[in-house]
Amino acid sequence: MARAITTRRKVTFTIIGWLVGFVIFFPILWTILTSFKTEGEAIASPPHFLFFDWTLQSYFDVQSRSNYFKHVMNSVVISFGSTLIGLAIAIPAAWAMAFSPTKRTKDVLMWMLSTKMLPPVGVLVPIYLLFRDWGLLDTRLGLVIVLTMINLPIIVWMLYTYFKEIPGEILEASRMDGASLAKEIIYVLTPMAVPGIASTLLLNIILAWNEAFWTLNLSAANAAPLTAFIASYSSPEGLFWAKLSAASTLAIAPILILGWFSQRQLVRGLTFGAVK
Amino acid sequence: MRLKSLMLGACSLIAMAGFAQAETLTIATVNNGDMVRMQKLADDFKAKNPDIDLQWVVLEENVLRQRVTTDIATKGGQYDIMTIGTYEVPIWAKQGWLLPLDKLTADQSYDVDDLLPPIRSGLTYEDKLYAAPFYGESSFVMYRKDLFEQAGLTMPDAPTWDFVGEAARKLTDKSKEMYGICLRGKAGWGENMALLTAMSNSFGARWFDESWKPQFDQPEWKETLEYYVNLMKEAGPPGASSNGFNENLALFQTGKCAMWIDATVAASFVSDPKESQVADKVAFALAPDKGLGKRGNWLWAWTLAIPAGSQKTEAAEKFINWATSKDYLNLVASKDGWLNVPPGTRTSLYENQEYLKVAPFAKMTLDSINSADPTKPTVKPVPYVGVQFVAIPEFQGLGTAVGQQFSAALAGQVSVDQALQNAQQLSEREMMKGGYIK
Repeated sequence: MARAITTRRKVTFTIIGWLVGFVIFFPILWTILTSFKTEGEAIASPPHFLFFDWTLQSYFDVQSRSNYFKHVMNSVVISFGSTLIGLAIAIPAAWAMAFSPTKRTKDVLMWMLSTKMLPPVGVLVPIYLLFRDWGLLDTRLGLVIVLTMINLPIIVWMLYTYFKEIPGEILEASRMDGASLAKEIIYVLTPMAVPGIASTLLLNIILAWNEAFWTLNLSAANAAPLTAFIASYSSPEGLFWAKLSAASTLAIAPILILGWFSQRQLVRGLTFGAVK
Repeated sequence: MRLKSLMLGACSLIAMAGFAQAETLTIATVNNGDMVRMQKLADDFKAKNPDIDLQWVVLEENVLRQRVTTDIATKGGQYDIMTIGTYEVPIWAKQGWLLPLDKLTADQSYDVDDLLPPIRSGLTYEDKLYAAPFYGESSFVMYRKDLFEQAGLTMPDAPTWDFVGEAARKLTDKSKEMYGICLRGKAGWGENMALLTAMSNSFGARWFDESWKPQFDQPEWKETLEYYVNLMKEAGPPGASSNGFNENLALFQTGKCAMWIDATVAASFVSDPKESQVADKVAFALAPDKGLGKRGNWLWAWTLAIPAGSQKTEAAEKFINWATSKDYLNLVASKDGWLNVPPGTRTSLYENQEYLKVAPFAKMTLDSINSADPTKPTVKPVPYVGVQFVAIPEFQGLGTAVGQQFSAALAGQVSVDQALQNAQQLSEREMMKGGYIK
């Protein structure tokens, strides 16, 4: 009897789980479906779910008008670059906070997080002026710098909570064996924290990939990543849903594939990491 | 010695390469059909000017506006040519952010006098042209002649609001998803406020009196908003408060609206049999009036301008000359047909028989544009320039805030009186903050 209830429960929860998953995924699915419609079909009311004339026309239109691969390359450089530099800065910082905390460590952590509480547009003009004077406007380097700064608090927080899980005694033991500070971090701490670092890396790549405010405002023609590519397909006058959907599908495809392959690490990172 | 001469040679080669390198113009533009076509046809410009390369930054209208405003206000120098609207031109010219197009106006072959007078006057500040119009538009009534015939109605060329209201109610059959009239309802200074401000002009309302005092507490605004809300409730589609240009276009093209008052540029969309199910059933009329001497039509143009501080002014002016010239219209016609030439900028286009043959809406478009006067938009005198907007920097924020009130009134969240009262308070506060009133 008890077993029957368990099975029924399992089935119910599985169905609910799938339903919730479907609802969350639905906007992406709809975008992908719309990208295969004609502009007229895309606005048809009532909308057609699967039974319409599938076409690749929007993809051809998008390809002929934009240099997709240039935008992809910019996105890759900006998101990977900013995340790697961020990690290089954050690992020692998180080590210091986790293993030799001071009276003010908590305050420093909170202060770092507080920089995320300011609406970005509030500092747009000062940053724009600095970038103009330093010649960083519309450069990949400029975007890497700004995204590193923006995601640094999140990286430090995630790594800090990860490092807290690692027993300090192991590091102490390595010190007893005569390891220097650099060796301790590189050969002892980092290998033990690889799952945490991996999930931080993935999450930050996704965050940097999707960042639309700074990447749109600080880029023009040369460094524009995929966010600018999508933004170029929305139109106030004229039908654009199919083309916009095709552009969006092309823009999210690489990161969706990356996320798919690394979902195990991602979930672990999210459940064990900053939001623990 | 050999190394030295080698290095010298290399340096001079690099220097020569620098000289020979083409100048690159960065052009910021919006994703509208005519702009996309310009991008496609730019090879013609490059063939004529091999020393100039073009680089495009295409953005959504609001993103573009934010982006170019930041750049021009900080003299960032990211763009050599900007696509801006008639709202920005007088404000930016006054700020000294744009370069006057003196060479263009002096060029005989460009024929600046051929530009439509209302459009040209909207782009002129202190007698100098600061932007060249790429395409211009007004607004008018698009209607279904088949439905009007069936109902025994005849649309006059210049209808009144009373007739439009009556016809809309008669043609509405909500059980068949047939709505008498589709109008913008989505909040935004360029969305519902474009329609409502233009409409209010025909009702004799104005945003501000001569001393910049907001006028939403006046009976003309009450009459406008009451008329609009009642009409839309009785004869408009459901959820109209979230409908903008594209939503209404979709409704009209799928045969769900008997009338639609919107941008003249929509005429080519609704007449295109590839996109529109009602392409052969559409006719056009001037925007309605109330018998007060002003019609409810607006005036807008997308223009090309050069930001002050651009290092490549000569090349930029060459490009603007190419893109807004008579030759460009001929080029589009030869490649994509006369129906696709960017409308609303040049008088000569409306005298061209070939264009008139394929564009049944041409005369209406011209009449609509010519009947709009940005310097005298409404019945009473006003201190501002602009038909469906007020060309002051505060208007973007204020127009959208007022638009949200009116959209809420349409959705039934607040009453018409309340919406007007809120709009009045909002405007008074904003105008006080801006130092217009005390």
